[in-house]
Amino acid sequence: MLFGIPWDTSSNVAFAVSILPILLRGLWVTLQATVLGFAIALVLGLLLAILRMAPYKIISWPVGFFTEFVKNTPLLVQLYFLYFVLPDFGIVFPAFLTGAIALGLQYSGYTAEVYRAGIEAIPRGQWSAATALNMPLFLTYRDVVIPQAIPRIVPAMGNYLVSMLKDTAILSAVTVMELLNVANIIGDRTFRYFVPLTMVGAIFLIVTLISSTLVRFIESRLPKDGIPLR
Amino acid sequence: MDELQQLLAPLLRGTVVTVQLALLSTVFGGILAFAAGIGKLSGNWLVKGLSVVYIEIFRGTSLLVQMFWLFFALPLIGISLDPFVAGVAALSLNIGAYGAEVVRGAIQAVPVGQYEAATAVNFTRRYTLWNVILPQALVEMMPPFGNLVVQNLKDTALVSLITLTDLTFAAQTVRNLTHESIPAFSATLVIYFVLAMIFLAGMRWLERVIARRVGVAHERAQG
Repeated sequence: MLFGIPWDTSSNVAFAVSILPILLRGLWVTLQATVLGFAIALVLGLLLAILRMAPYKIISWPVGFFTEFVKNTPLLVQLYFLYFVLPDFGIVFPAFLTGAIALGLQYSGYTAEVYRAGIEAIPRGQWSAATALNMPLFLTYRDVVIPQAIPRIVPAMGNYLVSMLKDTAILSAVTVMELLNVANIIGDRTFRYFVPLTMVGAIFLIVTLISSTLVRFIESRLPKDGIPLR
Repeated sequence: MDELQQLLAPLLRGTVVTVQLALLSTVFGGILAFAAGIGKLSGNWLVKGLSVVYIEIFRGTSLLVQMFWLFFALPLIGISLDPFVAGVAALSLNIGAYGAEVVRGAIQAVPVGQYEAATAVNFTRRYTLWNVILPQALVEMMPPFGNLVVQNLKDTALVSLITLTDLTFAAQTVRNLTHESIPAFSATLVIYFVLAMIFLAGMRWLERVIARRVGVAHERAQG
């Protein structure tokens, strides 16, 4: 029994049917962690991308190094780092929040690259034209650069969202009750790992297929010329 | 000094295991990538179907789920894998599926004129693939392969969850020995970063060697 839902071990089919609602509870946590982690990655990545393009090397170099470091080290070790080191400084978060922060941190390295590539792909002429029209920097970004960068950024971001969804399974290592951890607990208590783990694989497959189709759909509906922000 | 040794000795032993895992799964993953990537473009529906199913399953689920499935679920239907074998198998199958898409993309990016020219001079399909298409496609594959190799290196950290004593496992051991988290995990992160830089440098070198062999201009390979 888990979350007050009992299981039926009389046959494999009965077992699978009885644990499905339990696994779906885990899936709900997985989806929440993905949304929160991705929100953190979008904001933190933008911050890293802007700072990396700063004209002062004293800012751009350390930020560039940080971005590379975060991108080139394992998520699991970053997760352990936050999970075990933060409490040493008196910062105690629930495991779920630590997990979401770790996901956001790892992916901020990737999203920062996406933002940077998206902005750098804007033709130089666009910048020159904005300067020729005497547009202030803020307006240049809001009305010229960002509207054109969005259609270039969204597809790559969508792929990282799907990729993050799969990586949430790693949060099971720090006791977060997401899909994989729930399946493991069922396995530990019933000594039947085959059915729950196979179901987790199938659920992940269905969810990633649905979300990649959604991403593809949004991608196809984006106007290629850009999205005006006002 | 003793304390430093207490910290570094297990980490170095773990690093050796991590490097072994990374190298082995990169090689096996590379073989799978070419098999499935070429298979997906095959005219034979069985080969094509198997390749598509393999690629979709391993790209569509979590690596950790795949690893747990091989390690915990398979013994229940009578197939017990040693943790090292299960780890290498999961890593290779996973990175191979991602690599297959790179291989397929690079083959499809070779200009149609190359196929037409090969047909015009009466080359067989097999000869065209091995001597005309793949050499050109290989150059295009190398930069994304570099990213996958680093991805695979980072992914090896997950084997610590199926009892293998890799670098991440060693970090936990050191933390338990010293009762301090910051030095153990900081040193571990730095080692992974240095390894990633070495692997990337190795891939860049390979990229240049291949570009020279194939006779494609350097600049193009690096672009």
